[in-house]
Amino acid sequence: MAKRSAPEVNAGSMADIAFLLLIFFLVTTTIEKDKGLLRSLPPIDDTEVEPPIIKQKNLFTVLIGRDNRLFVEDEIMEIKDLRQAAIEFLDNAGGTNPAGESCDYCKGKRDASSSDHPDKAIISMKHARETTYEKYMDVQNELVAAYNILREREASRLYKKYYPGAEKVFTAMLEQKEKNQYSKDDVLNERIAAVKALFPMKLSEAEPDKN
Amino acid sequence: MSKFRNKEKGEMPAISTASLPDIVFMLLFFFMVATVMRDSSLMIENRLPNADQVEKLKKDRTIFIYAGKPNAQYKQFGEEPRIQYNDAFISVEDLQASIYQGIGEMNQELQSKVVVGFKVDKETNAGLVSDIKQELRKANALKVMYIANTKKVQ
Repeated sequence: MAKRSAPEVNAGSMADIAFLLLIFFLVTTTIEKDKGLLRSLPPIDDTEVEPPIIKQKNLFTVLIGRDNRLFVEDEIMEIKDLRQAAIEFLDNAGGTNPAGESCDYCKGKRDASSSDHPDKAIISMKHARETTYEKYMDVQNELVAAYNILREREASRLYKKYYPGAEKVFTAMLEQKEKNQYSKDDVLNERIAAVKALFPMKLSEAEPDKN
Repeated sequence: MSKFRNKEKGEMPAISTASLPDIVFMLLFFFMVATVMRDSSLMIENRLPNADQVEKLKKDRTIFIYAGKPNAQYKQFGEEPRIQYNDAFISVEDLQASIYQGIGEMNQELQSKVVVGFKVDKETNAGLVSDIKQELRKANALKVMYIANTKKVQ
């Protein structure tokens, strides 16, 4: 009997398998992108000008102790209540801004013993050296959230008509700016600046005491 | 004689190499997927804190600073949190020079927009972070980003 040569294996479908794998990994892979809280540091000020005196009622003091306890206006507070407390302080509008206008867009309690105007309201944050970074970030996050919620509210009041489908108008505006970063859109930039100006972020950080 | 010739005719067929490119492509894909691009290997523990008010980081204009406790591999450096820049531990005093170096290596037009990204372990003392920030103010690099894991918005 003549010996038959082994039949060749059909390799035509190999490419299909490879493509299938390629597409599977293409779809399931997510490229990790770092995200975080963006903040600005104050420049070093060497001039010896007396800092302006700030009324106690326009100052919202947040202190994180060495045992990670949170003190707001000298009273112990839970982290979950911080956001609401900061919003109430910023949105209070008990008086007028430096130009003598009262805040007509604020929806706060207009309590005379709390902040006068968002222009004047300053959040002052201080922490001990032993505070953990995690707690520090939690507090930063809540304070930034307070500003973002208020700005979101104002953006939705002013510009909702341009973004009818958007749930968060301010976020939508910032995303649009990001998308068109190579073609400058002056109208959009102006609107973003207008919203930011309604609740300027005045979040100051004191240096921890050296011991 | 004829028997001998018959044997020659039944030699092994040549192995098909048609599937070789596929194998090579598969290997290529495997390594493409399994590769993690990383600029500097971490010498510290680095568990990032959580935040929900996060913005995206623009990698082209960012200088990364790591801080945390030295990890198991670098136990000889002790338990105290340390600062890592590129591939080495640096002291707070060296930070300013490192930042200038980092800015110098960047694209000309982005140098004025530099952002310093903090990748700091959550167990680190906030005092170290404020020391770093103080040095950054001296180096006039005023934009910082506290890099965090995104948690769900409540």
